[in-house]
Amino acid sequence: MADLRSAPPPEVGEADHVRGLAGDPLVIEYADYECPYCAQTDLLLRDLAVRRVFRHFPVPSKHPRARVLAAAAEAAALQGRFWEMHDALFADQSRIDDPHLWERARRLHLDLDRFERDRRSEAVAERVAGDFRSGVRAGVVTTPTLFVEGKLHAAVPGPELLEHLIGGAG
Amino acid sequence: MIEAGTPAPDFMLPDQDGNEVSLESLRGQTIVLAFYPLDFSPVCTDQLNVYQEILPELERAGARLYGVSVDSAFAHKAFQRELGISIPLLADFHPKGDVARRFGVFNEERGISQRALVLIGPEGIVDWSHVSPSPLEIPGANLIFDALEYAAAA
Repeated sequence: MADLRSAPPPEVGEADHVRGLAGDPLVIEYADYECPYCAQTDLLLRDLAVRRVFRHFPVPSKHPRARVLAAAAEAAALQGRFWEMHDALFADQSRIDDPHLWERARRLHLDLDRFERDRRSEAVAERVAGDFRSGVRAGVVTTPTLFVEGKLHAAVPGPELLEHLIGGAG
Repeated sequence: MIEAGTPAPDFMLPDQDGNEVSLESLRGQTIVLAFYPLDFSPVCTDQLNVYQEILPELERAGARLYGVSVDSAFAHKAFQRELGISIPLLADFHPKGDVARRFGVFNEERGISQRALVLIGPEGIVDWSHVSPSPLEIPGANLIFDALEYAAAA
């Protein structure tokens, strides 16, 4: 139980998926590929000059495919294509069955056999669970949840937060 | 809100299957009561979904989690099925909100419980309690583990 006690979200580490420039404001994001509000947040953040860290927070009782999709993104990451898979998943949340995942993997020129093996592997499941645990510890209860300068923002970022992020970049 | 160190008021409530659950029958176990406003309201849905994910860790920590709201056992059954969760839900239905009231978390004006967490030790004493400042604010599951750790160390 010790690993679920309160702690701030972990610092950006080697294992994290990071996008954006080092000098830009840091946004740590806990989200789930089956969550429509997360897709909306992804669109909003995509246009901003921010440094994004994406961590998985799948809640299968709400989104039955969430964990499978997170694992697919991690399997793509093992072939160096995390963000490409991330974008492809958010781009079409109505197509999230296994054949749709294979189609995405093919389009990204992934080694399909390896992708299949990896996305079902213990290591990938543990990688996703580790993100979830760190989110729970940091008080995440809903997706999307963003951490900006250590402060927790639940739900889709509103105008105030977006302006703050734009301001921070200028 | 009931304070830590006080004996928890005894209660007897039906769960989603109509089984009577009383505090007395749970003696010897660590109990977490999660009071929430209503079944099917969107925010509660997130709360119980996330709590469902931490059930294995809670069990490992020796604690049993119960959801409590003023909904009926039948509504609880439907809600449980809708979410696909196994957390037992207690119906504080008749007299409405009586248990929430005795724990000091009933919102008389709105006729529903506040969002609150109560940790009850094996002896039936409240070890920790927390009420959300707003019904929209969900207490993070981390608080439950903090409280369990604290109670274990005490």
